Amino acid sequence: MTTVSDPPKASFQLSQLIYDTRYRSYTFQFIALMLLVSLMAYLGANLVHNLAEQGQNIAFGFLAEPAGYDINQRPIEYDSQSSHMRASVVGVLNTLIVAFLGCITATLLGVTAGILRLSPNWLVRKLMAVYVEAFRNVPVLIWILIIFTIMTAMLPAPSAFRGEDPSSSMLFGSFAFTNRGVYTPAPIMGPGSLVVVLTFIASIFGVFYYRRYATNLLFDTGKLIPTGWPSLVILFVPTILIYFILGRPIGLDYPALAGFNFQGGIHIRGSLIALWFALAIYTGAFIAENVRAGIQAVSKGQTEAAASLGMRPRRIMNLVILPQALRVIIPPLISQYLNLTKNSSLAIAVGYMDVTGTLGGITLNQTGRAIECVLMLMLFYLTISLAISAVMNVYNNAIKLKER
Amino acid sequence: MKKTVFLGALTVAGVAAGASAAATLDDVKARGKLNCGVTTGLVGFAAPDANGVWEGFDVAVCRAVAAAVLSDANAVEFVPTTGKTRFTALASGEIDMLARNTTWTFSRDTDLKFDFIGVNYYDGQGFMVPKALGVSSAKELDGATVCIQTGTTTELNLADFFRKNNISYEPVPVETNAEGQQQYLAGACDTYTTDASGLASTRAAFENPTEHVILPEIISKEPLGPLVRHGDNEWGDIVRWTLNALISAEELGVTSANVEELASGATDSPEVNRLLGTEGNLGEMIGLDATWAKRALAAVGNYGEVFEKNIGEKTPIGLARGLNAQWTDGGILYSPPFR
Repeated sequence: MTTVSDPPKASFQLSQLIYDTRYRSYTFQFIALMLLVSLMAYLGANLVHNLAEQGQNIAFGFLAEPAGYDINQRPIEYDSQSSHMRASVVGVLNTLIVAFLGCITATLLGVTAGILRLSPNWLVRKLMAVYVEAFRNVPVLIWILIIFTIMTAMLPAPSAFRGEDPSSSMLFGSFAFTNRGVYTPAPIMGPGSLVVVLTFIASIFGVFYYRRYATNLLFDTGKLIPTGWPSLVILFVPTILIYFILGRPIGLDYPALAGFNFQGGIHIRGSLIALWFALAIYTGAFIAENVRAGIQAVSKGQTEAAASLGMRPRRIMNLVILPQALRVIIPPLISQYLNLTKNSSLAIAVGYMDVTGTLGGITLNQTGRAIECVLMLMLFYLTISLAISAVMNVYNNAIKLKER
Repeated sequence: MKKTVFLGALTVAGVAAGASAAATLDDVKARGKLNCGVTTGLVGFAAPDANGVWEGFDVAVCRAVAAAVLSDANAVEFVPTTGKTRFTALASGEIDMLARNTTWTFSRDTDLKFDFIGVNYYDGQGFMVPKALGVSSAKELDGATVCIQTGTTTELNLADFFRKNNISYEPVPVETNAEGQQQYLAGACDTYTTDASGLASTRAAFENPTEHVILPEIISKEPLGPLVRHGDNEWGDIVRWTLNALISAEELGVTSANVEELASGATDSPEVNRLLGTEGNLGEMIGLDATWAKRALAAVGNYGEVFEKNIGEKTPIGLARGLNAQWTDGGILYSPPFR
């Protein structure tokens, strides 16, 4: 027998908003929201009012006007008659270039240092500790300046390569290290070069296919076939054959001293190198700590279990520890990538023309459109950060522990 | 309701700011000090000496105004500004006047709402190269790497010059003069470009100044002058005529050495008398007393003296008068008459 006593008739009174625990939190949240909204409204109104006071308005028409200044590193066609918009795009691409290079290098450095920090070898372990502590605890701007200063002060100027008996010479006759950057040979794509490239790509797939075949063969029949040297053969032999059959379609454009500078080849500017390495080793130190934390989060029993199955230490690390550690490593790694990307805005310290240098620097200065430029900068960094997060979260979901 | 109060407060603040902007002279007198914006340090133009006392060509203009207005050439608070902060400092009222190698351009005079009160140095953008490079003309700089201070008019002039002559270059942007000097000396750029006077000043600080030459081409007009906020014409008049007094004094032969003597009684020259206040009431017309110009001249000397002392040929900077000679000596320095 069940009796249901009717709940008391809901009679809502205004005082319940404060005294009734069911509503109280909503009341305060609502008040906080209202305060926040009015604060935003005040700031917005303040901005509009003050701008009107100074006779200014927010307009983006200046983006279509000619920029009037030159940029040294141009991933896309650009000259001083291009628009401010195009100058911004050049800046954006330069930011993305250094962020991409930096993230990859930082990851390689960080993972290596993180694993070596746990090495049983005392010297290696301590050296890595010194690396991490030295780079993590000095501001990245200082590192950028140090590397840049060392590059400009230590490396020879291009004029040192000139003359009968030059004081400097090119490495292997093809690489020039100068205080203006590094000059390397650039590939020249002749007719038929596409075939060579396609062959090489096909070879890469071939290697993967062969290795999968070898694994399956091992699992199915227990027959172990070598994978090391056949992989190398598959990777290189067809490409080299095609290259010679087609009459060497890909040549190299060697840098050569002409006029004031080296001409030809690829010029990797000192500013890019300084920024790239400083960001990479700085962020790498943080990533090393993430990696170490990730590895130490994997129970020691896993290592011992793998060892008792007869696995070698290298394989234990690659096949047992790292895959599990990745679950701990990836989320903080995302924020390190974001940090690196945002830190790249220090580029102007070494004269690297990233988006802060073009849109937020020269364009802002020459047009006086500070609010518009800064708004666009914020929007760009927000977009790029969210994009990196999104990509990394996809990866994180792919490697996280699957519970079935 | 809330918003109205906020806007009301804003309006009050706005009115207060407007009122203070309209009477800079009263503000300066009440404060007893002139706030003058200068560079962060460019030897010869504005830099503190070993004792921390600011001196230089631009500093002298500040001191002359202080002497005219406050009767004390040392009653100046020097505010160092960079290329980026200078206009904000002036617009916000942090400084009363800006005397900082600032090029008089259309948009700065109109769009940025400032008043250039004259030109105290006619300059132009030049190039400095090491002698060893063997370059004798800027047109031979095809393919050169050029160090350039970012955010200045020189950056745009540079792009125009190379485009006009159809030659290429590689810009290396730097933020400050010191950074540009370091890069240039390390050979990271072949040439350094900025105002020719700035080049001379920078070169004077080198270990071996003789190993560097300034190329003959001047690729732009850079009239440098002091400026004040738009909207306070009385204050603008005071600064303008103080500068003109320095220039006229040189033309009329009034120097810091003979100014006391010339001002002690009426001389044969009516214009000297009007300038020094022994005749007429020019000082009264700009809200000062009769001897304002005498004080300014006694404090810093005439234009020629200021030039010779700070940046002239006998100083390490070693600039010739050139365009900055009096119009009577083949230059274009020309003060309107004191009448």
